[in-house]
Formats: sequence, C-alpha cells, structure tokens
Amino acid sequence: MLHVWNLTKSYAGTDAPVPVLRGIDLTLDAGRTLALTGDSGSGKSTLLHLIGGLDTADEGAIAIDGVDITALGDRDRARLRRGTVGVVFQQFNLIPSLDVAANIAFQARLAGKPDAAWIATLTERLGLEPHQSKYPEQLSGGQQQRVAIGRTLAARPRLVLADEPMGNLDEESGAHVLSLMLELVSETGAALLVVTHSASLAGRMERRLHLRSGQIAP
Amino acid sequence: MIRPGLHALLSHWLRHPFQLVTLMLGLAAATALWSGVQAINAEARASYDAAEGTLSGNGRETLGPVEDGPLDMGLFVSLRRAGWQVSPVIEGQLDASSDALRIIGVDVFTLPPGDLPEAATERGGRSSFLEPPGELLVSPAAFEALRDAEGLPPRVAVEGIAAGVAYADLGTAQRLLDREGEIDRLIVTGPPSLTAPPLSKIAPELERRGPAGAGDIARLTDSFHLNLTAFGLLSFAVGLFIVRGAIGLAFEQRRGVFRTLRALGLDARTLLALLVGELLVLALVAGAIGVTIGYVIATLLLPDVAATLRGLYGADVEGALSLRPIWWLAGLGIAVLGTALAASGALWKIAHLPLLAPAQPRAWARASARAMRWQALAAAALLVIALLLGAFGGGLVAGFVMLGALLVGAALILPIVLDGVLSTLARFARNVLPQWFLADTRQQLPGLSLALMALLLALSANIGVGTMVNSFRATFTGWLDQRLASELYVTADTDAEARALRDWLATRTDAILPIRSVEADLAGAPGEVYGVADHPTYTENWPLIASDAGVWGRVAAGDAVLVNEQLARREDLWPGTTLNLPGWDAAPVAGVYSDYGNPLGQVLVGLDRFETLYPDAPDRQFGVRVAPERVDALRRELDEAFDLSAQAVTDQSEIKQFSLRVFERTFTVTAALNVLTLSVAALAILTSLLTLATMRQPQLAPVWALGLTRARLARFEIARAVLLAALTFAAAIPVGLVLAWVLLSVINVEAFGWKIPMQLFPRDWLWLGLLSLAAAILAALVPAIRLARMPPSDLLKVFANER
Repeated sequence: MLHVWNLTKSYAGTDAPVPVLRGIDLTLDAGRTLALTGDSGSGKSTLLHLIGGLDTADEGAIAIDGVDITALGDRDRARLRRGTVGVVFQQFNLIPSLDVAANIAFQARLAGKPDAAWIATLTERLGLEPHQSKYPEQLSGGQQQRVAIGRTLAARPRLVLADEPMGNLDEESGAHVLSLMLELVSETGAALLVVTHSASLAGRMERRLHLRSGQIAP
Repeated sequence: MIRPGLHALLSHWLRHPFQLVTLMLGLAAATALWSGVQAINAEARASYDAAEGTLSGNGRETLGPVEDGPLDMGLFVSLRRAGWQVSPVIEGQLDASSDALRIIGVDVFTLPPGDLPEAATERGGRSSFLEPPGELLVSPAAFEALRDAEGLPPRVAVEGIAAGVAYADLGTAQRLLDREGEIDRLIVTGPPSLTAPPLSKIAPELERRGPAGAGDIARLTDSFHLNLTAFGLLSFAVGLFIVRGAIGLAFEQRRGVFRTLRALGLDARTLLALLVGELLVLALVAGAIGVTIGYVIATLLLPDVAATLRGLYGADVEGALSLRPIWWLAGLGIAVLGTALAASGALWKIAHLPLLAPAQPRAWARASARAMRWQALAAAALLVIALLLGAFGGGLVAGFVMLGALLVGAALILPIVLDGVLSTLARFARNVLPQWFLADTRQQLPGLSLALMALLLALSANIGVGTMVNSFRATFTGWLDQRLASELYVTADTDAEARALRDWLATRTDAILPIRSVEADLAGAPGEVYGVADHPTYTENWPLIASDAGVWGRVAAGDAVLVNEQLARREDLWPGTTLNLPGWDAAPVAGVYSDYGNPLGQVLVGLDRFETLYPDAPDRQFGVRVAPERVDALRRELDEAFDLSAQAVTDQSEIKQFSLRVFERTFTVTAALNVLTLSVAALAILTSLLTLATMRQPQLAPVWALGLTRARLARFEIARAVLLAALTFAAAIPVGLVLAWVLLSVINVEAFGWKIPMQLFPRDWLWLGLLSLAAAILAALVPAIRLARMPPSDLLKVFANER
C-alpha cells in the first residue's frame, strides 16, 4: 500500500544545499510493520514527514494506495493526513485545551468518521477510561502517549507513522505502550512504519531498514 | 472538519479565560474611548444642525427695523396686502426655572413648512397650538427640564428643536413676552409679486438683511472637535496596543495547537478562516461592550462639553445624549477594523507557519535584529516627518499629522532605546544577580514592548496635555487680571438710561470707562472694533505682547490702533503694518494684545477717533473704577436708584469666576480622557505581565534550582516592572514636552489663533511618575504573588519535560 521511489530531499545550507535523503526506495504492504533505524541526522524523520505529507520532496514519488502524494497540493495533502495517514509524534502534540476524551475523538471527527463504539473501545484498551475528563497537563508521559495513539487510531488510518513513539517513555512504559499499539494497529489492518533509535523496539517490527547518510544501508 | 477545528480553537479560551478577558477588555476599552468621543462630537454636531435649523433668519432674507426696536404687527398686514411674501417672528428670553428659555413666536400659516422641524410643522397646525393657552414646542431635554415650570403653556416635546429654544404661536409668544401687537422681524419667504411696491415706499422703516452665515458655530467649534477626535484616536491607539498584545500572545500560545491541527489534516485556508471568524465574533462582542461603555463615558462627559462649547463659542448643545443607530454601527465597525489591524501580523504569521518548524515558545517575542532595524528605520522616518512638518508645515491638519508622527515614532523607537539603556547598565553590573536581572529584563522586553509603548503614549499625552493646560491656566489667570481691571461693568437698556447712569456714577466713582463697539469686516472676516479711553486702567494693565514705543499715546491721539493676537497672526499684522478699517484706510498697527477665548478678530481705536468713525455705535456699556471695598455698597445704591435688570451690573470677580469656570470645564474633558488613557495603559502592563508570567517558568525554574528563593524571584519580577516603567516614564518626559510645544505653538495657533507661553511643571511630572510606578507595581503584584506561592512541583515540571 506504500511505495516510495527514488526519494530525494535537501535542506538549504550556508553555502550549498545539504542532501538529507538520496534516492530512497521502499515498499510496505497493508497490515505489515516496518522499523526505520539510523543515527541522528541520517534522514529517517525527514522520510517519515515526506510519507506523511508533512513536507514535500525534491525528487521521486510516494504512492499511498496508488495515489502519488508528491503531486498533491496543500489541501489534498491535508485531506490525506486527516483520513488515510495517521502520525504518532514523539512530543505527543496533544491539544492542551481539550480533555482526554475530546483529544482521542479529535482526528476521527476531523476526518468526518467518528465511531463512538470504536473510540470507547480504544479508550478502554488504552487504559484511559479513568482519565477521560483530565487535561493533557494532568497526565504522565506514558498516558499522554497512549492518548496520542488513541487519537491516531480512532480515525482508522490505512497507514500509521510513528516518530520515536517511545522516545519520551521509560523502558517499561515504552514496552507496554508498544505492545498496545502493535495489537491495535494489527486489529485495524493498517500498515505501521516506526522511526526509532531503539534496537529493542525495531526488533519487534516485521521488517527493519537502516538509514545511513540519507540512503538505505545494504 | 470545521466543527472539531473550531472546538479545538475555542477550547483554548475556556482553559484560559483570563486571556479572553484581556482581549475583550482591550478591544472594549479602545472602542469605548473612541466611540465615546465620537458620540460627543456627533451629539454636538446634531445640536448645531438643530440650531441652524432654528428659525432665526438663517438661510433666508429678513426685514428688520432700520433703528433698533420692535416692529408693529400692522406692518406685516400691510406688506402681505401689498404682495410681499413675509412671515412675522417675535423672539425673546423668558426666565423659566433656572435656565433661560428663548421663545420664538411664529405664524405657521405664512411660514414655509421646511423652516420648522418636521414634527413641529405637523404639531403647529393643531388648534391646541393656535388657541389660548397655546403650546410650547421644545426639545425632549427641555421638556424634562421644564416639567415643573409654572406659568407656562403646556409643553410638547419635539425632536429636532435646538436646546434652550421653544416655538410658540405668534399670539402665545407675544402674550408670554408681554409684547402684544409687536414683532421683531419679518422673514422673506418668497419673491414679492410683480405689482408689489418697493420696500422703501411701503415700509421705509424696514431694511433688508441678507441671510446670516450658516455654519458659523460649526466652523468655530471645528478645532475643539478636532482636538477631541485626536484624543479619541490616541486612546484608540493605546487600546489597540493591548489588543495586539493579547492577540499576539493568544496566537503564540496556540502555535503548537495550530501546528498539530495542520499536521492532523486541517488545511491552512480553513485554519485561517476559522481564526478570522473567531476574531470577528470576539470583535463584535467586545465592540458592543465598548460602545455601551462609550455611551456611559459620553453621557458623563457631555455636560462638561456642552458647558465648554456654550462658554467658549455660545454654541448650545443638549446636555443629554441620544443613542443613534449609526453610532452603534460605527463603534462596531471600528472594533472590527481595530481587531483586523491588530491581528493582521499574527494572521500573516499563521498563514506562513511552517508545518514542521520546531515549537519555539515566545519565538514571536524574540524579534530578530532585522525586524528591530526595520522598526528603528520606521521610527526614524516618522520622527523626520514630524521634524519637517514642524519646520515647514502649515495648517491644522499638518499640525495633527506632525503630532501623530511624533507619538508613533517615539513609541516605535522606545524598545530600541530601552534595550540600549539596559545593555549599558549591564556593562556596569559587577555582581551575578544584577547581571542576570538585566539580561533577563532585556529578554522580556519584546514581550512587554507593546504595553510599554502604550504606557509611553499615555504618559506623554498626560505630560503634554498637562503642560498645555497648566501653561494656559497660569497665563489665562494673569491675563484675566489684566483685562478685567474695572471693578464693575454696567449695561443700560436705553440711551437715556445710559446717560442717567453716567451722570449718577460720575460723582460716586473714580472713573467711568465707556465700552463702545461696532461689528466690522476686518480683512475679509467678521470682527469687532472697540473704542478705548485714554486711561491708566488700559495703559497700565492691557496685556500687550508686541508694541511700538509710545503705543498708548498714539492710540489715544487716534494715530494708530491695537489688534488682538488672533487677527495679528491670521493677517500677519504686527507693529509697523497697517490695516483697513471701515472709514479708515491703512490704519497703522501700534501693538498686539492677547485675547484668549475670543474667536473673532478685534481692533482697539482711541475713543475720540472711534466716535468720529462710528458715531452711531451704541453707548450703553461702561466699566466703572471704584475702590474695591466700595463695590458692594455701590451695587446696592445702583439697585435702589435705578430699576436695573439682574444682568445689567456685573462685578469683576463674578466675570473672573465665570470665565475661570468655563475655562476649567474646557479641560475637564481632556483631563478625564487623560485619566482613562493612563488606566488603559496600566491595564496593558498588567495583562502583558500576567500573560508573560505563564510562559516564564522555563526561564525562572533554573534560577530557582540554582538557589534563589521563589520570594526573591518574585521581588525581582516587581523590580523589573518598576525599572521598565521608570525608564519609560523618563522617555515620556521629552516626548510629552515636545507634544506640549506642538499643542501650544502649532495646534493652538492654527486652531484658535493665539499662542501660549510654555511653562514647566516638574511637580506634576513627579506625581505622574509616582503614579506610573504605582501602576507598574500593582500590575506586577499579581504575577509576583503567584510566583512566590508556586508549588515547587510546578517548577520541577520544567525539568521533567526536558528531552
């Protein structure tokens, strides 16, 4: 369901453009999981942002369910983020003025497909039922990450992207949240692409790609 | 998509109600001050319109007596029979309760319908108006004022009638004024018939008079209203600084939310549309609150404005405010416009918000060096414009543009000046805490700069207007003493009475100084010529601001004249120049005197020459010199010897008190606006500090962790507010003094025609300085107390959230 061809991206440097991604090719089928690992600055987060339609590539193509998203304008990429792709951020990016229940339901409502039963299931499975009326600032890091996962999955995206999803959690909480995420993603049949430094997290994905200096390491 | 997006955006206000209150308060205050002033102006102008519509011959020719005195009603009948289209009018003052009421008696059958307010025309046709006891048609305010008046016919409230005026049927008015069978003039309502004999044949005792210059009052009072409008604009600008600060902070605090919303799929255009919609609703609600508060302000200030306009220009303005729909619309419009202005920068930033840029709390506050350079350039350009206009500009509009450029330029350059001062202070700081304190204060500057600019504007306006008022007061009081040298002023009703009075007074007083004048065209504008006696009262006291040697001797000999300052400045008439007077071409000007409060040009001619030039000028008024302790006794004796009306004799102290009262009320309005503007600025500081306080934790937590107590940090917060307020106050003094100079030497000369010497009042500044420091302390107190009481766990969260 995800195809990436010859993806290239540079950022402006002081003298000349600094290449971040150099001709990336990858595929990911529906219901499968993939870990992208690599050192800091290897380009893994940039790749994730390009696939999520958060940024635009210099060259190459990204097809999600057969649609080349590099050809889409801002509004269509926004539509893609609302319904097809879901992103779990390292910093959670919850909306501080909404309570837990509203945060979880938020993306599904934004996409125009709120499913109350599914949201209730997610809330329960993520152990957030007792915290529904709390605000993000009143939650621990692990709880906030669970809300972020719930928010993403509530919209039933076809592709889930996660950027260092356990980066702000201790090992035990991280492992617990990861198990939950894998379980729920598998139930929705979505594909999961995780960017991580963590070898243990990467080890729990079906496939693993290592990025080095903007290229897939052999 | 729109509903959840809107829900997410609006939920911010529910979680941060204080920020919402700040925004609404700023916008409401700005709208209130602006629309309050506009309401006063609109009400005054509506009153002038009503006054112009008052049947007083304005706009139509009239027939009046060649010699002063009433006309016989029979003349009206003769003229009508002869084919002249005329309508009779009688007019007179009636003392009703505490206020004098001007009764205008008309004949509704011969008067064209448009000459009376519409409702009055309709009412005038009824038998209750025409038949005894008749009716008085008055304005709604006068109707209320006369509710308990006795001895008057029934009153009817009619919209569109000027304050202090009552229309009645001719017969009713003649009866009320005790002048049966008399009229004052005849209004020419149309051309005479072709067979009508000429006026000189049918009524030689009448003369035709052209229409009086309509709009005189409006023209005279224009500058007063311009002053008010300028103050309203200044207040609005101060309010907008708050709105801009509040919107900027609200947007900045939600920057993360905007980014998340965009990342979750809300496109930029929808986000912008939602934000614009949100602001529009806020602007309309705050605007409505502002218009309501403005109405209250206007209601409170209007009686003073009315008194001022009456005292200065004789313009009658109703002391009550009527709510006009256009006023609501204009108030809401200005609130929306102000919000758009204040939010444009923040919206532009949102439109160009990079989706992936890392969250940078207070990035808005860290204005880049480039932005600061642009601000400095804009400030410099505005100050140069002000300078050029000061040097080469002319006219009232140029004066106000100069004022605006000066104030905005000074406000824009303030953060740069403060940054420079703080960095200089930091160079001298030896200990670590003062170094940190000054560095931290510099870091806070961008976040506080809008509030500090608002404070600078308010303080400068206060110093400027205060200096102008006090300079005016000091000069005016001294001037009154000089001008009102005679102890008593007496006015006779008839020439015979004047002669009798003079004979009677001759043996009982030190001197009798005739006050004779005629109206005259002076250099193309209406003015007055006075005859002045050769007496030490004038030679020793008259406030000359420019004169030739032997000025009084030349005036007394009839060789030269004195002109008032407004005429001198308008026509550039200074000693050595000449002026054409009716009957005296090229009269040499020997001196110029100050004549505050008089909108007309005035010329003084030696009494003998005056009598030769204008032998028909009335001679019924005179000043009386008598020992001050004899004044009361002389008044009593005068009352016993003559049947004089209450207004016929006035003593010097009464006139002085009246003049000073008028003067004080003139400035009550500006003083009130001054206080309001300063309050708004203090509010700006409070709101900025409170909002900044919520973002200060990451900066304060490390210092706390390093060993500074929360109480000490709180004291530093107060000290910072005091330091910035003190520096802003110091900057406001020169700006305020330049403002005062512009008001006294440019605006006043252009608007009123006279120049007031500027005086300095440092004690007032000290008081204002203390007031601004107190305001800063009060504003800083709430966030400081919050900081002092903040649980350590809250401060620790800063470290817990670190990556």
